[in-house]
Amino acid sequence: MHLSASEEVLPIVVIGHVDHGKSTLIGRLLFDTGSVPEGKAEELARAAAAEGVPFEHAFLLDSLLEEQAQNVTIDTTEIRFRTERRRYAIIDAPGHKEFLKNMLSGAARAQAAILVVDAREGVREQTRRHAMLLPILGIRHILAAVNKMDLVDYSKDRYQEIADALAALFAELGLPEPISLPLSAREGENVVKPSAKMPWFAGGALLEALDSVPSPSRLDALPLRFVVQDVYRRDADRLVAGRLETGTLRVGEELLFWPGRKRARLRAFAEWPPESTPQQASAGRSTALILDEEIFVERGMIASSLDHGPIEAREFPAKIFWLGPDPLRIGEAYELRLMTQSVGARITEVDRVIDAETLSVRDSFRPGVEANEIAEVLVHTQRPLAFDNASEIAQTGRFILARDGRILGGGIVLGARYPRASLPPVHQSSPLFWTEGEIDRSERARSLGHRGAILWFTGLSGAGKSTLAIQLEARLFRRGIWAYVIDGDNLRHGLSSDLGFSAQDRRENIRRAAEAARVLADAGLVAIVALISPFRADRRKAREIAEAAGIPFREIFVHAPLEVCRARDPKALYARAERGEIPEFTGVDSPYEVPENAELELPTHQLSPAECLERLTKLAQAAIALPNRPSLREDPAANI
Amino acid sequence: MSHLSKLESQSIFLLREAYRSFQRIGMPWSMGKDSNVLLWLAQKAFCGRIPFPVIHIDTTYEFPEMIEFRAWAQQHYGLQLIVKINEEAIARGVGYATHDPVTVTHELKTVALRQALAEYQWDALITGIRRDEDPTRAKERYFSPRSSEGEWNYKDQPPEFWNQFALPAKGAGGHVRVQALLDWTEYDIWLYIRQERIPIPPLYFARNGKRFRSIGCQPITHPVPSAASTVDEIIAELYATRTPERAGRAQDHHERNAMQKLRAKGFL
Repeated sequence: MHLSASEEVLPIVVIGHVDHGKSTLIGRLLFDTGSVPEGKAEELARAAAAEGVPFEHAFLLDSLLEEQAQNVTIDTTEIRFRTERRRYAIIDAPGHKEFLKNMLSGAARAQAAILVVDAREGVREQTRRHAMLLPILGIRHILAAVNKMDLVDYSKDRYQEIADALAALFAELGLPEPISLPLSAREGENVVKPSAKMPWFAGGALLEALDSVPSPSRLDALPLRFVVQDVYRRDADRLVAGRLETGTLRVGEELLFWPGRKRARLRAFAEWPPESTPQQASAGRSTALILDEEIFVERGMIASSLDHGPIEAREFPAKIFWLGPDPLRIGEAYELRLMTQSVGARITEVDRVIDAETLSVRDSFRPGVEANEIAEVLVHTQRPLAFDNASEIAQTGRFILARDGRILGGGIVLGARYPRASLPPVHQSSPLFWTEGEIDRSERARSLGHRGAILWFTGLSGAGKSTLAIQLEARLFRRGIWAYVIDGDNLRHGLSSDLGFSAQDRRENIRRAAEAARVLADAGLVAIVALISPFRADRRKAREIAEAAGIPFREIFVHAPLEVCRARDPKALYARAERGEIPEFTGVDSPYEVPENAELELPTHQLSPAECLERLTKLAQAAIALPNRPSLREDPAANI
Repeated sequence: MSHLSKLESQSIFLLREAYRSFQRIGMPWSMGKDSNVLLWLAQKAFCGRIPFPVIHIDTTYEFPEMIEFRAWAQQHYGLQLIVKINEEAIARGVGYATHDPVTVTHELKTVALRQALAEYQWDALITGIRRDEDPTRAKERYFSPRSSEGEWNYKDQPPEFWNQFALPAKGAGGHVRVQALLDWTEYDIWLYIRQERIPIPPLYFARNGKRFRSIGCQPITHPVPSAASTVDEIIAELYATRTPERAGRAQDHHERNAMQKLRAKGFL
């Protein structure tokens, strides 16, 4: 029986530490399944004899002279063979650390993996690194081949030891437990048929395990994602050329194009020859769309159905691997490509760098990511990007970072938030609509590295509010926290220049200060308000304004006895009040209501300014810390 | 989605990426089976109109049947066809009567292609090579950069994954080979020719117990024993065979790793 056109080909990558026998295993697999072209083995054996080197099964794979001479795989290769069940594209990936880029170039095409481990050496650095890369590459089906069993006398105990270590490793990496099996590629034991030398192993031979790997899951069932490559003009029609990566699409369906959420209906597909043009397309098809409306569509856009759109944002958390050669630096500009989108991007935070040697997390402050490292980072893009979490849709959840056309690293989007259910689509008539709420507060917070907040300093004139506010602003700012002081006196020069000092005007002045602070905090800043604000009712009002908007509000009572304040009188206000120039001046002829529930009280006549500043910094950092994150890094250089 | 549809889609995707990534594109076309599949896919990618020229590197040792097919296909598809001959080498007397096949292949194919590249300033060539043809082709990338001498730095190829391709830095010189059929096997090619009814030259079909499985220069291309005279019969034959596709191509077997050496210098 001949293969039909629909018979599947399963791409499977062979990975593992250098010299653990990957190429030899594939060579053996091909040899023993009769998949080696006629004369090929003889030709290689002759060539090897002529050069005085022993014939290696790896020669079937390592085709470059340099590879055969050094007995090491330099670049990835692919070779076909078939079993009763299906066809395989076996991808041989180099195990040498230096060739990680080549390993990835091969492995990224695979749906399943064989992880080869030397029975003598066990789990090594590249075993771990390759295993760590599997979830990023989206490979879930893994066979762990414990190779070179001939060199450990086919020992059951040794095999079990390594199988257990692999199970532990996979558990630690959050991968499903691999299917382990012992074999000897060189001797051909347990490769295509069970081995008489290992009667204790009942799990079957590698070939059988390969055939039991399930077929790749269908992409039709996922939400629709059509990726635009280009727009061609044909007569009067604009053909939106691209590929339906996931989902299915039928003529007449409505589509949203991201970023921007522009809406149009699919009038027809455009294909050649015209008679083969479908009415419906399923996942994986390259095609072209003719839309019913002349909306602006360009390369990079992703079309979705109306109800299951991607995320559109300028910032997202990701797990990346870095190929280098130069290290990735925080804040440097790279080109980010996600499907056909291309935007300027930078990494704003490196949260965790995972050491492949020890699997430990290096969480100390690092300026970047070195070549061959895997890290969790925060990515910031210049323009809005449309994407998915890789766990939802792998095709639109992975990206590369490049510079000058060279690919330097890649990554997957992890744990980004989808927008609230069904955002309304954008109509051509209201192009401004989508800007509303486009960047929500949490996105801002992630971008800035902290949340916005209001720190409200209250107290008598001369207690030290302005002094402390200005010092705190400087300290926070130099630590990368966007802080800004709203001083009650300064406010009266502008926003409140129409107000006098009547009780009503003072109340209004406080309300305006609170509202201005709310706007700043909503924009992500730490608004530091320094205002006498003597009445509890007014301060309560300010707190309500903040809390109604979901903004943290901290009341700080800056306190010093009246005599001390009078003596300080930095703005000569007490003197003016006593001369009658300022009516109803707090502490002179108007009362000050001491706060009952201030979050912090600073007796400035008892504490040093440095101590006050320390307590303020602590309060501020707790108020603005991002949820589920350690508090902001201390910058030892920022002592002021 | 069937295996053939996946291959077709990926090739169309690559062709469209190439068209978008490069200003000046040329597509070598040998009139062989793979070349004709590539031509077919390009028609599909661009909805019936191939927006770049096809180039035939004419060694002057072509089978007359191929030249005949060239004329027919040019007309049939409305191709912009460029025919390139290395006149300088011919004038020097380079030929199979006097030179070994590796030298002639290099001069009349690789150097001729280099001359065409210099003349037309292509920044990308779309090729129809496949991984299963030869072990060095198995190591190729979809987008493979070549130096200004056309050379392939196989020891340090750029990373390539998730359909993201390395692009040359500005002013880097050289060109990029976009290998749109890399994932296909000989078997897939024939299944697709059958499915799509793609026209191919008659030399592939058996006459008098022999047929050509891979076609190059007449003096160094040998037919293989075969009774397969239809596409169906060829598919049945390939399913059973263990003979490599390029067994009848003398230049591949002239010395150990002849293909690696030829290809490093710019041979397709």
